[in-house]
Amino acid sequence: MSQAQTTSTRSSSLGATLGAIGRHRVVWPLAALALLFIVDFIISPSFFNIRIVEGRLFGSLIDIPYRAAPTALVALGMAVVIGTKGIDLSVGSIVAIGGAVITWRIHAGDPHLLILFIALAVGLLCGLWNGFLVAALDIQPIIATLILMVSGRGIGLMINLLYGGTDPSFTSPLLQGLSTGHIGYIPTRLLVFVFIFALLWTLLRRTALGLFLESVGGNTAAAYLTGINARMVIFSAYVISGLMASSAGVILTADTHTSDPISVALNIELDAILAVVIGGASLGGGRIYLGMTILGALVIQSLTTTILTSGMPPEYNLVVKAVVVVVVLLLQSSNFRSLTLSILARRKR
Amino acid sequence: MTETATARIEMRGVSKIFPGVRALDHVDLRLEAGEVHALMGENGAGKSTLIKVLTGAVRRDEGEIQLDGKVVEIGTPGEARALGIGTVYQEVNLIPTMSVTKNLTLTRQPRKFGMVNWREAREVAKARLKRLNINIDVERPLGSYSVAIQQLVAIARALDDDTRALVLDEPTASLDANETAMLFNIIRDLKARGLAIVFITHFIDQVYQISDRVSVLRNGRLVGTGKIADTPPLKLISMMIGRELEKTALRLVGNAKTSDAPVVLEAEGLGKRVTMQPFNLKLRAGEAVGLSGLLGSGRTEVAKLIFGALKPDTGRLELGGAPMHGSSPGASVRAGIAFCPEDRKAEGVVGELTVRENIVLALQSKRGWLNRLSRSEQERLAAEMIKALGIATPDAEKPVGQLSGGNQQKVILARSLVAGPRVLILDEPTRGIDVGAHAEIVTLIRKLCGQGLALLVASSELDELVAVSDRVAVLRDRQMIGEISGADITRDNIVHMIAGAKS
Amino acid sequence: MHLVKLLSGAAVGAALLVAGSPAMAVTIGFSQVGDEGDWRPAWSKDMQEEAKKEGIDLKYADAQGKEEEQIKAVRAFIAQKVDAIIIAPVVVTGWDAVLDEAKKAGIPVFLADRDVDVKDKSLFVTRISADFNLEGRLAGAWTAQATKGQANVVEEQGTVGAAPAIERKKGFEAVTANFPDIKIVKTQSGDFTTDGGKKVMEAFIKSTDNLKGINVSFAHNDNMQLGAIQAMKEAGLKPGHDVLMVSVDYVPAMKEALAAGDANASVELRSAIGKYIYPVVLQYLKDKKELPKWVKIPSDLHTAATPLD
Repeated sequence: MSQAQTTSTRSSSLGATLGAIGRHRVVWPLAALALLFIVDFIISPSFFNIRIVEGRLFGSLIDIPYRAAPTALVALGMAVVIGTKGIDLSVGSIVAIGGAVITWRIHAGDPHLLILFIALAVGLLCGLWNGFLVAALDIQPIIATLILMVSGRGIGLMINLLYGGTDPSFTSPLLQGLSTGHIGYIPTRLLVFVFIFALLWTLLRRTALGLFLESVGGNTAAAYLTGINARMVIFSAYVISGLMASSAGVILTADTHTSDPISVALNIELDAILAVVIGGASLGGGRIYLGMTILGALVIQSLTTTILTSGMPPEYNLVVKAVVVVVVLLLQSSNFRSLTLSILARRKR
Repeated sequence: MTETATARIEMRGVSKIFPGVRALDHVDLRLEAGEVHALMGENGAGKSTLIKVLTGAVRRDEGEIQLDGKVVEIGTPGEARALGIGTVYQEVNLIPTMSVTKNLTLTRQPRKFGMVNWREAREVAKARLKRLNINIDVERPLGSYSVAIQQLVAIARALDDDTRALVLDEPTASLDANETAMLFNIIRDLKARGLAIVFITHFIDQVYQISDRVSVLRNGRLVGTGKIADTPPLKLISMMIGRELEKTALRLVGNAKTSDAPVVLEAEGLGKRVTMQPFNLKLRAGEAVGLSGLLGSGRTEVAKLIFGALKPDTGRLELGGAPMHGSSPGASVRAGIAFCPEDRKAEGVVGELTVRENIVLALQSKRGWLNRLSRSEQERLAAEMIKALGIATPDAEKPVGQLSGGNQQKVILARSLVAGPRVLILDEPTRGIDVGAHAEIVTLIRKLCGQGLALLVASSELDELVAVSDRVAVLRDRQMIGEISGADITRDNIVHMIAGAKS
Repeated sequence: MHLVKLLSGAAVGAALLVAGSPAMAVTIGFSQVGDEGDWRPAWSKDMQEEAKKEGIDLKYADAQGKEEEQIKAVRAFIAQKVDAIIIAPVVVTGWDAVLDEAKKAGIPVFLADRDVDVKDKSLFVTRISADFNLEGRLAGAWTAQATKGQANVVEEQGTVGAAPAIERKKGFEAVTANFPDIKIVKTQSGDFTTDGGKKVMEAFIKSTDNLKGINVSFAHNDNMQLGAIQAMKEAGLKPGHDVLMVSVDYVPAMKEALAAGDANASVELRSAIGKYIYPVVLQYLKDKKELPKWVKIPSDLHTAATPLD
């Protein structure tokens, strides 16, 4: 009798512990990542092999962070904007404009270091424009950023025309080095990513900007009444997003060393939003999870790499992606989990 | 009220455990047909949870519910409705942008050939309102009506022909005296029709006006149930807070020295077209000034004009003898004015952020974004405030949205205090707060004044103003009509001034 | 009052002038999809230059990739009473109504590039375009010849469901099916983009252990192949030598790659096709003789300047 009681308490406390783990937001994206790796291992046992090729680390496991880096940069900016209850749909267009400007200035013969800063300045400018529409004119973020989303790729094409645009490819040791080069065995873009992430983290968490962004996103009126300049804070979020998008633009443009405004970073805004959501943030704003957003971007890229490796007919790519994303989001929903648990419990009875 | 063998609703041994909290601990509640049953208790006592169990919004862990003698399972709000249990929640769950008709027929629209039959829907809506003797244009959006009408529409929606019990969760929280009286007439009418009515409120007076019996909860347990006639207020309040009420409700004699104290804030001819006629107001160090008036008289507007949340278009404001340049919350906070808004959910707390983050927000805003408070400094300030104000939270890292209303209010107060203001403006500091917290907050206000802080308190509760104020500025129809000070501050005098100016 | 009369008189005069001019030259309306990519602007330019040579009065309308813009343009051509209309359709469906209007106005319609889906095939005279299937077959034939019928192929497909992707794949497979030792080992979509081609090739490299045993890369367009070349170089492979590279389009950057020996063959998707289109249209306007529903423009395969080993 007493023994049975002890067992039941123990199992219930174990259940409570498991429940607590399940509620922690880092668990489900990690579980998804692990599951994808298991699938990869089954399809291709050499998935985890890492070798040194051409003086750098080489293997699928390197490809994932390598390919995820630009999306993650965009997603980090998106996380900041979403934290303020906004959204930035124009990030793909900012990448496209940045790419066109880089190619144009290279054809014009500017020093490449200067071009790097010009590209970032272009992102800044786009961010200022979005921020102006949202913060100063009070246009709803989805509409305000739609303007640049729709027009941005056209602007990119027009910039291509500035140098003729028939052969929009270029060579730039500096920019290509940042994107596809390596320092030691490590791909440079991963180091670039870590550097930018550290900058952003410092900006948000070592100053009070992060707290201000989150309070404005959580309750704009309340934040305003504590003396926070809510407009400036919202404005800053779009500027940050523009800068992050243009830094991703440098990497993506240098990757293929060509300007292709129509197709570069197509749908990247959707992947970025997805990464933020998989990272546990709500589109309702109020919270910015930088680390979790990176995890979200890694989950999405692992999924893409898995699909490419699997040899599945390409017709299924999008469907498979959708299914996995839905499963991850469902697992994250506490409502869904308790519903499943209650159905399982009923069945046991 | 008739005590019969079978109650309308009988809840027995109901328990509910939330992670880390036993919200309800074997609670029994018996509701008779044709009674108004007041449910009292401090914030966090378990009132809301008990009601949610009854209305299917929360699943109980233990216990049973009987309806007219039969055991019933109430798993969802829909099931509760089907059993004839109607609910009107504290936060009105209606859609202000939709018409009254749509709001009233949202859950079941009359259909014709599979399409919504709007003509019939309008008739249904009118009939439902008729039951409460309300006659309004049902095609207008709900939001265009006063809160009182919205409240009545919510009640109309909760009522069906076969409704057997009706739960009203703080229905009078945002109503003025006339509106409350109108609501009470409707409640009496429903009671006469044999409904069992659960009435939750913080207004002690109203309990005695309308209830037949009262049940008191404390810390998730039932303290007792009794006829209201056998439960004098003092007993009721001590049941709620579990200790003898401190005599805070009495007038604390004002500090005579304050009249010589330096003027901290001076408003001269401050006003805004349509919103508030120009007024003059002086605040001295260590002085508490009350703002009194009926709902809509301009109490909140005066507070917001001084704080800069509303931009004045006439007049000027001096702080510590120096004129204020530009008026915005940011400028005010930096100059040393803090403001605790009336609507804590919409304008007060940032629900997603933790208690700690909410508490440091105003101070951080004052310091600017580059000059961040270190984590350890934040934790120290939060811990200090949690202790000083008795904020009931397991730790400082809990999202503030998960605290009870009274504790949220304390967090807002803590936020203002941490910023170290010279002038503190409180708009309805005790709205929706239980008696215990109410007393604590009143005591705290006095203490702050003793330390030289100048206070401006806008409140609809006369007793509160009488208890805390050194002076009371009386408002009517968006105009400041006079001041009462010192020993003249009594309930009667204030009412007289508001009423007297009317005639 | 007088002013109105005067104005309307002027309008009639202007209309007469406009109506009068085509008596001398043939007027043709050309509705282009838009100016995305490299190929389409080059084609548009060629259409205008060739029209000048032929003495055609060409009315050019850019639909900016929008269906409704294009239909608006076609209606404007009908209203202007042009002699013939050439449409490069933005989309396949939704053409019945507007083509019927053209037919009732007695204006013959020619399709260029893409096809349309209409119930009544007599609504247009013919479609004049390159044959995607033929492009695929040419690439397949080159592969068979260059590898002597022994090939393990990785394929970078175009956008899933796009007509060029479907037809080039079908054409390639139709030829290589005759050779039992030619196999497509891996196939994935690179969405016709450089970036897509690069990503897909990176994955192929990993999943085939550095393209072990692979000797051909077939890409549905040059952009993807250029991306694949980058990916292979970054993995230390030699495109053009270790693996034969064949694709479709023959864009300027591919010409350079062919010259550098990074690629081996590309089927030209001609942009200078005005000289194939206008004669068909002009001949029809002269003799109204029924044409087959598809007039094909010939394709050429260009190989690397450097000899293969």
